[in-house]
Amino acid sequence: MCVTKGDVVERILTGRALVPGSAKGEALVSSEALSLWGGLCPRTGEIIDRRHELSGVIAAGRVFVFPRGKGSSTSSATLLESIRTGAAPAAIINLKVDPILALGSIVADELYHQAVPIVVLADKDFFSIERGDYVTIEPDGTVRITTKSSKMDRKV
Amino acid sequence: MAVKLSKLDEQMLEGKCGKATQIAVRILVRMAEVVGAGEMMDVSQAHIDGCGLLSEAGLEFAETLAAKGAKVSIPTTLNMGPLDLQNWKSFGIDEDFAAKAIRQAKAYTDMGCIPTWTCAPYQSYLTPRFGQQIAWGESNAICYANSVLGARTNRYGDYIDICAAITGRVPKCGLHLKENRKGQILLRLVDIDPAIIQSNAFYPVFGHLLGSLAEDRIPVIDGLCSEASSDQLKALCAAAASSGAVALFHAIGVTPEAPTLQEAFQGDEPEQVIDIHLSDLVKAKSELSTAQDGAKLDLVVLGCPHFSFDEFRELAELIQTEVDRGNTLHPDVRFVVISGQTSYALIQRSRFLKLLVDFGVEITLDTCLFHTPMVSTETKVIMTNSGKCAYYAPGELDVQVAFGSIGECVRSAVEGCVLRKETLWKES
Repeated sequence: MCVTKGDVVERILTGRALVPGSAKGEALVSSEALSLWGGLCPRTGEIIDRRHELSGVIAAGRVFVFPRGKGSSTSSATLLESIRTGAAPAAIINLKVDPILALGSIVADELYHQAVPIVVLADKDFFSIERGDYVTIEPDGTVRITTKSSKMDRKV
Repeated sequence: MAVKLSKLDEQMLEGKCGKATQIAVRILVRMAEVVGAGEMMDVSQAHIDGCGLLSEAGLEFAETLAAKGAKVSIPTTLNMGPLDLQNWKSFGIDEDFAAKAIRQAKAYTDMGCIPTWTCAPYQSYLTPRFGQQIAWGESNAICYANSVLGARTNRYGDYIDICAAITGRVPKCGLHLKENRKGQILLRLVDIDPAIIQSNAFYPVFGHLLGSLAEDRIPVIDGLCSEASSDQLKALCAAAASSGAVALFHAIGVTPEAPTLQEAFQGDEPEQVIDIHLSDLVKAKSELSTAQDGAKLDLVVLGCPHFSFDEFRELAELIQTEVDRGNTLHPDVRFVVISGQTSYALIQRSRFLKLLVDFGVEITLDTCLFHTPMVSTETKVIMTNSGKCAYYAPGELDVQVAFGSIGECVRSAVEGCVLRKETLWKES
């Protein structure tokens, strides 16, 4: 669904809420997989995988859109600690279910009653999100994407 | 989708088996929903990765469970922890850090875990058998248990591992089920000199390539050496589970679920066939280094995953050769080997230990360079024989890394700079 309000275009996507919750923020988008351990600093929220395209970028407070996790089974610990320190992304959108990421968020929910929502989107929807889009996530897995239409025009 | 629960699962959820068990089973059932498992199943052994990293949250989680009376219900080994529990003072570890690490270790051992403190549990104690249903954490150990031993585990991340150990239950899904263990892609080693395939350095390099090509699919390898050793396969697993999410691979004629190509794919066709040439390996090898040849070397790190007795022996022989030539460890280079109690107990009973210590090798046990703060901020360039260490060091330790064989690491440590012979890997 696509709604235009002034120069803002809102699209509504339906995903699967692996860890349900509400969140909103600017989209940080990558097409590369990431191991959060060795990939995200749980104190600063910086992407520290020096081989990753987002190396040096801060993920804290943003809706982090990347296809899937990989590598270390300590990634759940990194996510949990980053939730504790407040350096976690506002939400995570993946293309594939990564149980290790979901786990970090679920344990945070048990321990601190605070989780990072994780939503999995279908291919077409996942790849439609661009860096800088504003993303709102709802507990049922609804993902609202707002893009300035001036930006849409430039793309055409 | 609702998860079908056993009577015991329900009792645990209702809190009839204690508060800690209730938390553990609640996390497990939520995870069953995440992965779409229809029911829960039993596991008979666990290996805990969650005891490794020291974070405030991780410590709080462990102490919360222990304080609520959690006890493991199945034999449970521990991955390396954040501290060399005996020798931490000699590594200049901060006292506050050590105090918290000791509290975390105590929480896990109070829950009844076996203090193995190693990331190579398959080379130490309680090795799982073929077909055994287990819940293991630690990416290299998961890959080894599934692929090399033929035991069955999913990739259990930090903290679900202890939940599985407490309850003896996991979501029934993924690699616990035979039908999900069939190969998906085929990698053929084409025209590669057998001398390369038999060399130790091949395994981490090929593992790095394997992980990046397979991503999260199950690869089948055709052309691996049937004589590959436990240490070589360990290196392959560690690298493949770093650059990719490889939890299981099959190697025709090498690993137990792949006596033939047909059995590895359970009668199906591969989704994709990839031929690996020497040029691919050379490229993968160069990706493992961020430091240049000739760079001034600060630190050599061996033992990621934990060094085995055989690896200690190989190292001792190389060091003996240097000593015989009158060579010594360069004064600006630290040489650290990381291992576990089991291998150390063996080398203590051999003639190797004195030779290594006299040369200046520092041996640290129970921990890992990434989890204990023993790398000083002055350390700029490190060298390792490990694909996993080479993969994670630039991000986790903020250093430049050079990948090389154990022999190249020893030569470089003597000369004080990164030295590698590329003769074997030269493309003709």
